[in-house]
Amino acid sequence: MDDYLEQARARVLGAAAAGTTLRLRGGGSKDFYGGDLRGDILETAAYRGIVAYDPSELVVTVRAGTPLAEVEATLAASGQMLAFEAPHFGAATVGGCVAAGLSGPRRPYAGSLRDAVLGVTMMDGRGEVLRFGGQVMKNVAGFDVFRLQAGALGTLGVLLEVSFKVLPRPEMESTRVYACNAEQALELMNRHAGLPLPLSGASFESGRLRLRLSGNAPAVQAAEARLGGDVDSEGAAYWQDLREHLLPFYAAETPLWRLSVPSTRASFADSQTQELIDWGGAQRWLRTTHPAETIRARAHAAGGHATQFRNGARNATFQPLAPALRALHLRLKQTFDPAGVFNRGRLYPDF
Amino acid sequence: MIAVAQSTAEKQAQTLFHALSEVLPTGGLLTQVEQMRPYECDGLSMFRRLPLAVALPQTEAQVAAVLRICHAQQVPVIARGAGTGLAGGALPQEDAVLLSLARLKSIIEIDPLARTARVQPGVRNLAISEAAAKHGLYYAPDPSSQIACSIGGNVAENSGGVHCLKYGLTLHNVLGVRAYTAEGELLELGGAALDSPGYDLLALMIGSEGLLAVVTEVTVKLLPRPQLARVVMAAFDSAEQAGEAVAAIIAAGIIPAGLEMMDRLAISAVEDFVHAGYPLDAEAILLVESDGIPEEVIAEIERIETQLRRCGAVSMRTSRDETERLKLWAGRKAAFPAVGRITPDYYCMDGTIPRRHLGDVLRQIAAMSVEFGLGCANVFHAGDGNLHPLIFYDANKPGDLEQAEAFGARILRLCVAVGGTITGEHGVGVEKIDGMCVQFTATELACFHAVKAGFDPAGLLNPGKAVPTLHRCAELGRMHVHHGEHAHPELPRF
Ligand SMILES: Cc1cc2nc3c(=O)[nH]c(=O)nc-3n(C[C@H](O)[C@H](O)[C@H](O)COP(=O)(O)OP(=O)(O)OC[C@H]3O[C@@H](n4cnc5c(N)ncnc54)[C@H](O)[C@@H]3O)c2cc1C
Repeated sequence: MDDYLEQARARVLGAAAAGTTLRLRGGGSKDFYGGDLRGDILETAAYRGIVAYDPSELVVTVRAGTPLAEVEATLAASGQMLAFEAPHFGAATVGGCVAAGLSGPRRPYAGSLRDAVLGVTMMDGRGEVLRFGGQVMKNVAGFDVFRLQAGALGTLGVLLEVSFKVLPRPEMESTRVYACNAEQALELMNRHAGLPLPLSGASFESGRLRLRLSGNAPAVQAAEARLGGDVDSEGAAYWQDLREHLLPFYAAETPLWRLSVPSTRASFADSQTQELIDWGGAQRWLRTTHPAETIRARAHAAGGHATQFRNGARNATFQPLAPALRALHLRLKQTFDPAGVFNRGRLYPDF
Repeated sequence: MIAVAQSTAEKQAQTLFHALSEVLPTGGLLTQVEQMRPYECDGLSMFRRLPLAVALPQTEAQVAAVLRICHAQQVPVIARGAGTGLAGGALPQEDAVLLSLARLKSIIEIDPLARTARVQPGVRNLAISEAAAKHGLYYAPDPSSQIACSIGGNVAENSGGVHCLKYGLTLHNVLGVRAYTAEGELLELGGAALDSPGYDLLALMIGSEGLLAVVTEVTVKLLPRPQLARVVMAAFDSAEQAGEAVAAIIAAGIIPAGLEMMDRLAISAVEDFVHAGYPLDAEAILLVESDGIPEEVIAEIERIETQLRRCGAVSMRTSRDETERLKLWAGRKAAFPAVGRITPDYYCMDGTIPRRHLGDVLRQIAAMSVEFGLGCANVFHAGDGNLHPLIFYDANKPGDLEQAEAFGARILRLCVAVGGTITGEHGVGVEKIDGMCVQFTATELACFHAVKAGFDPAGLLNPGKAVPTLHRCAELGRMHVHHGEHAHPELPRF
């Protein structure tokens, strides 16, 4: 396996010397995401395998090229899971998931991918192997550089190993479904989230609010009795399809936007916009023909931001940054990758 | 010559004081030694220094103005919340302005439907939960210092509490901050949504010990209050058995709301002090809490009791009501002051280890206690492996403090050696700065310095804290050397 590190280092140093960029690629499942794909591919999938896993520690350490599915299967065999429910969208590797930083329906209740990252080992743009964070749940030594890797789209370095906090799989899960409109759904999602209920998902689309409950059996049963509504016997499949963007809503060819906003923001639906509400109101998926500026302005006015997720202008995927934050991004990029080797233009066009 | 130099420094100080007094409210600038005494240390009172001046702004605009003035004159600034920090993070220095955020203490807004609160940095941790209580909500991270410590300090330290195994640290419960750089430029990181575009600078800011920017506003998540909480107190004949019980509970798929351990010495100190009803003949006790809706708690407590029994608990008591629950917790919460009654001074350590090494690490700490001739009580967050060995010493006894520090340093090296960290929640500050040389390589430390320089190129915010210079590490001889060579040989060992 040291071969991989040596090869990767040679590629990184070579690209730095030549002034070219490398395109980091795990399973290719997120090839659609972010700015235009540029540079020669550096395959990361060869560096794989579970490095350490002891269920009673609630921590798993894996090489970044390991398929996410393999990690999930290993955890499931011990009754555990990665609670953030990162979407696979295909043959996802762990490193790619961390780089994309995406989390699924359980996110508001069990935390995001970034929340669960406890440490990383990575190679920077000088070919140095660096280790940040660790394999313990609490660690405040040094800046949280490891969490910075979540969502950085591989622009700061090659991820080599990642440690995650894991959680027990709930003993029981069930889904309640209600017919209502978006306004009622948002009201209910937010009100229920303020009550001591074992919520683990809340979504709305096509006139249906769904609430997922997870926990020990008495907790779930008590909540079911309290919440009313109907049982959704297809609930498990529904949440899976929501996570993987396999619902019919996601099939259209119109641009798909992801808005991250306060959970109480009113619906964005209008004559040009279809909306799917996830994360108890905090994440909105829009199919819309409005111009990008309109969507961004509305998200910003609501206190959030908008990502042109699929079928849009690739080089304008993410909401532009305020000048002070943009300057910090450039300096951080300079710190980790002074020659601009990694995934140039994938996050923002100018670095 | 010397007299001239002094008068130049004095003149500069006068110019600075004048500029600061222009922007601060009346009484908001302290420059007299007697006035500044209360600020000469934080919770780590073994280190004391006076600042050049203490600034006490009341508004965000005043904070920004102080930063701009200090930046213009290249005067270092050290932020301070409530001063309860245990690592000397808010320790002043003679040439720096101590910027207290304590007077920015209003709760700006609570949104019960969105379950968020927007607060100023000087708001006490507990005050947030008190204000949210009427909506059935609370702020989850609960450091034992929560009646006093500020939310700004919590953000700077990424503080935890007894409930963070289930509910997370400060990081997991903060949605956004407003902060000002050393230059006085506003940064809005995160906000009211669950994530933000680009790099996760909020994650970088949380736990940065006042080195990157000064936090002037925090948006926190609020959670619904659990309907019921119960705690089981279980006694064991050995710390190993208690450690095994912790692992067994977690392996059984239970995430308790709290999972704390105390050893024999801590138990006896606490019983003497608060009479919590802990068994004095136990080598270790565990406190295991379950919370949630009543049906859930009842079922979970049964499963917890089963695991504890299987792992050899010699006695167990489960709270039947809130009074009994609070009494069982009272001992744990009073553990530090209780230990303070049986030794003139104590030194609180904060390493975290992978839990499987608990028994072994406790055995080695006991051996060190004999070797150094200093007592040591253990009180800790067992669920997440965060140890708090309390080393006994007497500051009036020559050499005792140095022995205590040497003992502490050995414990931290042991934590790193078994795959853990030198600090789980209290931060590095000035106290554990040498431990950073053990935990990180020169290249990694250089990266931290570069991150710091990205936010604060002139190095004015809380200088000399949290990240050691490579020079310091080289002098200590504790630099990691890989394959016989230093990383970055081109870098000066400053
Ligand atoms: C008895 C006792 C029990 C404790 N129990 C716990 C515990 O259970 N868990 C735990 O995690 N900690 C605990 N602590 C440690 C301490 O309370 C925490 O670290 C707390 O977060 C410090 O808050 P503070 O407001 O007192 O900060 P201070 O001590 O004033 O400052 C701490 C650090 O934060 C920086 N800072 C403060 N405010 C700001 C700001 N607005 N912007 C930027 N930087 C800032 C300072 O420069 C300093 O580096 C305990 C302390 C005591 C004395």
